[in-house]
Amino acid sequence: MSLLSVEKLTKSFGGLTAVSNVSLHIEKGELVGLIGPNGAGKTTLFNLLTGVYVPTSGNIKLDQGGKIKELGGLKPYNVTKTGLARTFQNIRLFKDLTVLDNVRIAMHMNVQYNMTAALFHPNKFFNEEDRIREEAEKLLQIFHLTGKKNEFAKNLPYGEQRHLEIARALATKPSILLLDEPAAGMNPNETAALTEIIGWIRKEFDLTVLLIEHDMSLVMKICERIYVLDYGMMIASGKPEEIRANKKVIEAYLGEDVSNA
Amino acid sequence: MRVLTKKNIMILGSILLAFAIVQLLMSIGILNSFYQITIATICINIILAVSLNLVTGFTGQFSLGHAGFMSIGAYVCAIIMMRIPSTYGFLLGVIAGAFAAAFVGVLIGIPTLRLKGDYLAIATLGMAEIIRVIFLNMEITNGAAGLNGIPRFANWLWLCFFTVATIIIINNFIRSSHGRACISIREDEIAAESMGINTTKHKVMAFALGAFFAGVAGALYASYFYFLKPDLFGFLKSIDILVIVVLGGMGSITGSVIAAILLALLTTFLQSFTAVRMIVYAAILVVIMIFRPQGLMGSKEITDLFEFRKKDDRIE
Amino acid sequence: MDQFLQQMVNGISLGSIYALIALGYTMVYGIIKLINFAHGDVYMIGAYIGFAATTYANLGFFPALIISMLACAALGVLVEKIAYKPLRNSSRIAVLITAIGVSLLLEYVMMFFVGAEVRSYPELLTDKAFHIGEVIINMQQIYIVVTAIALMILLQFIVHKTKTGKAMRAVSIDKDAAELMGIRVDRTISFTFAIGSAFAGAAGVLVGIYYNSIDPLMGIMPGLKAFVAAVFGGIGSIPGAMIGGLSIGILETLVSGYGNSMYRDAAVFAFLIIILILKPSGLLGKNTREKV
Repeated sequence: MSLLSVEKLTKSFGGLTAVSNVSLHIEKGELVGLIGPNGAGKTTLFNLLTGVYVPTSGNIKLDQGGKIKELGGLKPYNVTKTGLARTFQNIRLFKDLTVLDNVRIAMHMNVQYNMTAALFHPNKFFNEEDRIREEAEKLLQIFHLTGKKNEFAKNLPYGEQRHLEIARALATKPSILLLDEPAAGMNPNETAALTEIIGWIRKEFDLTVLLIEHDMSLVMKICERIYVLDYGMMIASGKPEEIRANKKVIEAYLGEDVSNA
Repeated sequence: MRVLTKKNIMILGSILLAFAIVQLLMSIGILNSFYQITIATICINIILAVSLNLVTGFTGQFSLGHAGFMSIGAYVCAIIMMRIPSTYGFLLGVIAGAFAAAFVGVLIGIPTLRLKGDYLAIATLGMAEIIRVIFLNMEITNGAAGLNGIPRFANWLWLCFFTVATIIIINNFIRSSHGRACISIREDEIAAESMGINTTKHKVMAFALGAFFAGVAGALYASYFYFLKPDLFGFLKSIDILVIVVLGGMGSITGSVIAAILLALLTTFLQSFTAVRMIVYAAILVVIMIFRPQGLMGSKEITDLFEFRKKDDRIE
Repeated sequence: MDQFLQQMVNGISLGSIYALIALGYTMVYGIIKLINFAHGDVYMIGAYIGFAATTYANLGFFPALIISMLACAALGVLVEKIAYKPLRNSSRIAVLITAIGVSLLLEYVMMFFVGAEVRSYPELLTDKAFHIGEVIINMQQIYIVVTAIALMILLQFIVHKTKTGKAMRAVSIDKDAAELMGIRVDRTISFTFAIGSAFAGAAGVLVGIYYNSIDPLMGIMPGLKAFVAAVFGGIGSIPGAMIGGLSIGILETLVSGYGNSMYRDAAVFAFLIIILILKPSGLLGKNTREKV
C-alpha cells in the first residue's frame, strides 16, 4: 500500500468536470511532481486532497502506519491533522500578522494547553508558549527569516513570502507536504535556492512531497516521478526523462518547451 | 511566577490607585450621583465593547446582536436578585447571567457562524430581535412593561472588579494560541483551516466568550440601574456598542476602553438632546469610516507604543 | 377559508410594499455588494415628502407619488456620492458600518427637524371597499398593488430593454471589465441608487396611505424585513425581490392572523435565519464560491 493513493477521483462543478477519474499514488519519501497546462485541474486536485473541495466521486486513501484513512470529504483542518500540509498558489499568508505569528498559528493544533489555561495563563501556559516560540524560531532559521520575525508578512519580498508559506506548512508537522507552484514568480537564482531548500527539508523532516510546478527546470531536476494532467485527466506518468519524451505531453504543452528543459 | 512581572505589577498598581482615587472622590462627594452614573456606564460599555471586539475586531465575525446577549445577562441576573436580594444573590446572578448568555451564544453561533460578513451581521441582528421579542412575551420578565425595583448591589467596587477582570481575561485569551487561531480566521479563513485550525469551533468559542462578558455587562446594568425593559436592548443598543469598537479600532482593547470613555462623556454632555446625540454618533461613524477606517488605535495597544520605542532604541 | 383569503389580500398589499423596498436592496447589492442599511430610511423620507406634498401643497395621490420618487432618487444619489463612493475600495465591513451610520444620520436628522411624534396621513383615496363574498378589498390595497406592479414592469423594462439597464447588468457582473468596455461605472451606480431610492420613496407614500401614520423611525423594521425579502428571493435578483417581498408580507399577516401578532417580527427573522442556513443564495440567487 502506498502512503497516499488516489483512486478514480472526480470533481465536477455543475456541468464542468475539473478533475476526471484521476488515479495516482505516492510512496513514502518520494518527491513527486504534478504538471500540466493552465486550467488542467492541478490546483483543484490539491484542493480535493486537502479537503477544500469534497470529491464528486472516488477515494483518497492515506496509509497511517498500516491503518488506512479515507481523506475524501474530511474538513481541511482534519486533513491537516492526518499529516498533510500545503502551500497556496496565490500565497495565502496572514498578511497583517508578524512572520513569527504566521508560524505560531500553524502550531496551534499541537499546542498542549486548553482553553482554561488560555484564559488564565498558569505557569504551564508560559512553558508551552516558550516551546512554541522556540520551535517557530527554529523553522524561521531554516528559511533565513529569523531577522524578520517581527515584520508583517505582507512586508516581506515575494520570494520570502513563498518561503514563509513553506515554513508555516512545516509548523503543522506534516508527513506529506503539498507545494502549489512554490517557484512561481521567482527568478532563476531564487528558484535554485528554493530547489536546494526543498531537497534539504525533505531529508531533515523525513517528508514526502507532492509538487505542482510550471517551472520545468525545477520539476525535471528534483522530482523522482511526474504526473501530467490535461483537461482534468491524467495523460501520463513516469520518470522525468520518460515524460520529456512522451508524445501526449508534448502535444498538451504545444508551444511550451518541454524537450529543452 | 511569570504573572508577577515588573510590567504587570505596575499595571496592577495603577489600577488600584485609580480605583482608590475614584472611591475617595465619591465618598467626599466631588463625584456626585450624576457622574457616578457616567462612570457606571463607562464600565459597562467597556465590558460590552471589549467583548464585542473579541468577536468582531479579533475574530473578524461581524455581529450586530451583542445587545441580545446583554439582555440575557440582565434578565437572568435581575430575576435571581429579586428572589435572593443579597450580595451573594448578585454574584450568583452575574455568574448565572453570564453563563446563560454564553450558552445562548453557543446555540446561536453554531448555525449562524457558518455565514460570512454581511449575512452574519443580519443573522445576528435577527437573533437579537428574536431574543427581544421573547422577553417581550414572557411572564417572568413582565413583558413590555419590564422589571422594576431590582435590588442595587453593583457598586463602584464590583464595576471596577468586573471591568478589569474582563479586560485581563480577554487580553489573556487573545495572547494565547487559541486567540491567535481566532485572529488567523479574521486574516484568512481558508488558510487558517489549512493550518489545522477548526475554524467553526474557534468562532463559536470567541462568540461564546464574547456573549459571556456581554452577559456580565447586562447583569451589572440590571443591578446598577434597577430597571429593565426589552426595548433597552434593541438594534440601536447593538449599534451603540459597535460604534465604540469601531471608533476605538477593531482589534485594539485599549482602543475600546478609550472610545468607551470618550463616548460616555459625549453622551453625558448631550444627555438632554437625544436627536443631536444620535446625529453626532452617526456622523462619527461615517466620518471615521471614510477618513480613518482603522479607528483611533488601529489594531495597536498602548503597550505596543512603548515597546516600539524600545525596539527602535535597540536598533541604534 | 374567507379569513384565509382576507389574510392573503392583506398579505399581498403589505408584501407589495416590501417588494418595492426589497428591489432597492437587491439592485444596490447586485451592483456594489453593499447592504444599504440607509435604504429603509430613504423610504421613511419618501413617506414624509408624500406627507408634505399632500398636506401642505394639497396635491393628489399621483403628483405626491411622483414628487416623492424624484426627491428620493436625488437623496439616494447624494448618499451614494457622499458616503459610499469614497469607500469603493474599502473592506466590506467598513462600507456596511458606514451604511449603518448613514441610516442613523437620516433618522435623527429627520427627527431633529420634524420631531419624534407620529403624524397621520391625510385621506387621499376614497375609502370605498369591494366585497367579494366575505373578503374585503379596499381602495388603498388596489392602489398599492397596481402601483407596485406598474413600477416593477417599468423596472424590468429598464433593466432588460434599455442601454442603461444593460450597463447595470454589466457592472454588476464585473465592474472593471465594464469600465474597460467604456461603460461609465460611476454613472451607472448612481443610476441604480436613483431607481432603487425612487422605488423606496413610492413605497413610503403607499405605506403612508395604507397605515395612515408615519414617524422618523418607521423605516427600520420595514427596511430590515425588505432586506429579508431580498435575501429570500436571492439577493441580486429582481424577480427574486418581488417574490420575496410578497412571501414576507403573506408570512407576516398569517402569523398575525392565526398566531400572535407580537411574534410577527420574530417570525420574519427566524425565517431569515432558516433561509440563510439552508439556502444562503435564496430562491433565485446565484451561488458564489471563493477561489482558492
